Amino acid sequence: MIKAILVFNNHGKPRLSKFYQYFPEDMQQQIIKETFQLVSKRDDNVCNFLEGGSLIGGSDYKLIYRHYATLYFVFCVDSSESELGILDLIQVFVETLDKCFENVCELDLIFHVDKVHYILNELVMGGMVLETNMTEILTRIEDQNKLEKQEAGIAAAPARAVSAVKNMNIPQQIKDIKLPDLPQAIKDLKF
Amino acid sequence: MALKKVKGNIERMFDKNLTDLVRGIRNNKENEAKYISQCMEDIKQELRQDNLSVKSNAIAKLTYLQMLGYDISWAGFNIIEVMSSSKFTLKRIGYLAASQSFHCDSELLMLTTNMIRKELNSQNQYESGLALTSLSCYISTDLARDLSNDILTLLSSTKPYIRKKAVLMMYKVFLKYPEALRPAFPKLKEKLEDPDPGVQSAAVNVVCELARKNPKNYLSLAPVFFKLMTTSTNNWMLIKIIKLFGALTPLEPRLGQKLIEPLTNLIHSTSAMSLLYECINTVIAVLITISSGMPNHAASIQLCVQKLRILIEDSDQNLKYLGLLAMSKILKTHPKSVQAHKDLILQCLEDKDESIRLRALDLLYGMVSKKNLMEIVKKLMVHMDKAEGTIYRDELLNKIILICSQNNYQFVTNFEWYVTVLVELAQMEFGSKQGHVIGAQLMDVCIRVQAIRPFAVSEMAQLLDVYSSTSQFTIMQEVLYAAAWLCGEFASELKEPEKTLRAMLKYKSLPQHIEAVFIHNIIKLFAHVMRGYEEEGQYGEILGLCDEICVKLGESLKSGELEVQERSSTSLIIVQIVKEEIEKVMGGTGEGENSVSGDLLALFTGELNPVAPKAQKKVPIPEGLDLDAWINEPPEDSDSSSDHEVFDNLFIKTEKSDYGNSVRYQPEPTEEEIRKSREARKYEQQNNPHYLKTSDVDKNANDSNIDNIPVAEIDLNIPLKVVGQKRSDKYLNMNASRKKTKKKNKKKKHKNESSSDEENANEGPVVEVKRDLELPEGATLSDSDSSHGHVDDPHRALNIDLELPPVYETPVKAVEAKEEEKKVKKSKKNKGEKEEKEKKKKHHDKGAKKAKKEKKEKEGKSKKKKPTSGYEEALGISTPSKEFQ
Repeated sequence: MIKAILVFNNHGKPRLSKFYQYFPEDMQQQIIKETFQLVSKRDDNVCNFLEGGSLIGGSDYKLIYRHYATLYFVFCVDSSESELGILDLIQVFVETLDKCFENVCELDLIFHVDKVHYILNELVMGGMVLETNMTEILTRIEDQNKLEKQEAGIAAAPARAVSAVKNMNIPQQIKDIKLPDLPQAIKDLKF
Repeated sequence: MALKKVKGNIERMFDKNLTDLVRGIRNNKENEAKYISQCMEDIKQELRQDNLSVKSNAIAKLTYLQMLGYDISWAGFNIIEVMSSSKFTLKRIGYLAASQSFHCDSELLMLTTNMIRKELNSQNQYESGLALTSLSCYISTDLARDLSNDILTLLSSTKPYIRKKAVLMMYKVFLKYPEALRPAFPKLKEKLEDPDPGVQSAAVNVVCELARKNPKNYLSLAPVFFKLMTTSTNNWMLIKIIKLFGALTPLEPRLGQKLIEPLTNLIHSTSAMSLLYECINTVIAVLITISSGMPNHAASIQLCVQKLRILIEDSDQNLKYLGLLAMSKILKTHPKSVQAHKDLILQCLEDKDESIRLRALDLLYGMVSKKNLMEIVKKLMVHMDKAEGTIYRDELLNKIILICSQNNYQFVTNFEWYVTVLVELAQMEFGSKQGHVIGAQLMDVCIRVQAIRPFAVSEMAQLLDVYSSTSQFTIMQEVLYAAAWLCGEFASELKEPEKTLRAMLKYKSLPQHIEAVFIHNIIKLFAHVMRGYEEEGQYGEILGLCDEICVKLGESLKSGELEVQERSSTSLIIVQIVKEEIEKVMGGTGEGENSVSGDLLALFTGELNPVAPKAQKKVPIPEGLDLDAWINEPPEDSDSSSDHEVFDNLFIKTEKSDYGNSVRYQPEPTEEEIRKSREARKYEQQNNPHYLKTSDVDKNANDSNIDNIPVAEIDLNIPLKVVGQKRSDKYLNMNASRKKTKKKNKKKKHKNESSSDEENANEGPVVEVKRDLELPEGATLSDSDSSHGHVDDPHRALNIDLELPPVYETPVKAVEAKEEEKKVKKSKKNKGEKEEKEKKKKHHDKGAKKAKKEKKEKEGKSKKKKPTSGYEEALGISTPSKEFQ
């Protein structure tokens, strides 16, 4: 069984947390923190297994993780899972994300954590591995996205327009517009 | 109305959506908490609106905030509202939020039953899939009971997507509602041969989880799995099956023999490392259980070790790690095969990866023999010099000590060497705790090994010399504790006691307990030195020493620590008395018969002997002490009135009316719960070393109300402990002289003695369990598990014998009653067997051999008992290795 799946960045900021066993919110945060501390101090060229942290699991549990660029993907599993199998599963997860977001990066995970959850739900269900075949996973995700699109239809058009405008981030753009540095320009003027 | 809707829609456009929230948080890094609390207000506002899309937007934001650690359980009702939307998009948001924030104790769940049922039966496979996924995260007992039939129906859905999810869901249902297992099992079994590979794999997954906890109920599925293993090419599933076989083989040795061949074929053929690794693991498990009667047994071990060597030599750190892990399993039963690869393991000690070094260290522990111990320790010492990072150094130190001291120094042939090693270790730098370890070890060696005392004491004297003559602390202070104590206790072994005494007198500020030991042992040493002078009549020297000591003790008298103060003042008085006596003798007024030093030495006579850890347990129960008798009369209520009232009395003392039925947090305990809590307590007691075990008789009186009153049990401790202490001392003193005569055989003898003694005293369950572990034999082990196993573990309830007629043929209750009966019978039988065993053990020392015989006999019996019809078929299945290429 998988007890938890955590994704956080190099600074320990959570990007995805999925607990298949109930922990109250503050405990979840502590677990994330502890896991980050355990994982982050390890070099990249050491093995990807860690004996479980003190908060989550205990002796039967292992942390299995992979580090991609700025993100750590950590699975906390018990002894019924194969270590190497889980490593492969993480790879499948990441590759699926990559397909769905087209060159996935941390920003995608930040802004679309809901979508990441939906993708994960096609791989793992209630702590058990549901599907490992990537094409199958992708079809299921596609199908559901289609379903959403159908529902949205025209009704969603105004909302989409608004969000497009929002995405333009006008205040920031106004800030970003570079006016010539007047005092400097004035100084530069030679009388 | 319409206008309102339009207005709502327009307003909604300018509500923050999830993206805005995330962006907002990122832009407000300085005052994130303030920003989020503002957003929370917005969200609460949005949740008050009627529009479901507005609500779903709010819920989506809440789900994000939940990840950041904000409690969103207050919005549970709104989440359910969103879940009930007819739109897939909104529903999805609701179900996601539910899976993140609900848990099986959420009270709101009872509102969801019908909604989820409707969803499960939806025409759209993604809608029911969504409900299944979400439900798997928070299913409660009620939901499981109410929905189990709906989920069971989904197992025969036409859509593999649904079947797959329903299969996995069933496992969660079983955990919460074990009664569902029996009726569902035939269908689940069918799914093992589902045409869709995904469903098949899910079914394998579920059965593996079930079988992992209660393997013996799933032995009958072995043929199906065997077939799957030889035909499937899905690595993921193969891994699961092979892991499952690893759990089954201890129960059925014949299965193991059958497995060896296909597994070795797989090992040869597969290119997937994960599969290879699991195969090796299972082969190891098989080889551990099969006795050496196998013809190519050695070959298989050889193959495993070879393959593991390849893994360990691989540049991939993960493979290296796993290889070492698997090696340590082989080590337990076939140490010789692993010892051949000592070079490789020593090499791993130099790996840059700490996890790998630690694994390698674990292996070393089992690889030492009398011959190579010194060599290995020498290498470890070299590593110690090189190793950076205190954690690894500390681990190295602990391992060195562990290696040497295992089985009471079984492998140490030269104790002078060992003491030297310890002294060397004492001069290295470690974390603060490690000094204590070395000190304790030094003391232990000296106490246990009489022959080494002169050598060890001279080493200690040297340490003290070094300590007093140099200013910096190169020696760990905790070691000084041991040094001071040893020099004082075995002062007669010292070559130059006076020099050592002077060295000790130079102690500088030390931790309290060490300083106290210094003071105490200075007096011991002084007594010894004094005797020498007294015999020669050099009274002047004695007075000189007295003065020196008085000066030093005068300093310590000012110490802020109580212990030091007390020690120094006592000692000071003693020295002053001695001084007066000596002066009297010098003045010729003394009696001259009793030497002063003799009086002083009398203070410290008597040998100190190591106390056996089990000494306390071996204390026989004094005659006339009835452990079952009440010390205080039990409260009348618990016997006469119902459980309900007991709880009232326990938890509600004053505001009965106010607190009574409505607001009570603690639900009324059912029979089942009471039983469970009782077992939980027992389990805890068994594992608690401070808890005195009651005798067998008591343990069997399961149904009595005794356990309901914890007060009485706690009270039992007190009189027993008082009696116990004295008795154990006596016992140890009796044994002490015997113990010391032969050091190396002591452990073994001692073990036998203790076990037989324990049996005499009819010891508590812990000991029995331990022995069971030493002789892992299917039925006995799991039976004892079922009687004292984990109570929190939901799998306990799933221990259902599925080979009994399925539920729709026999009424449930009858079956359960039968099971109960069976269990009782079995446990009785086991007990009988155990007692028999114990008797036999008592009579001869070579218990091991006979135990083996018994084991074999038992195996034979269990073979006969097993229903073989299903299994025989499997024997016919051949395993062409080429299929896996």
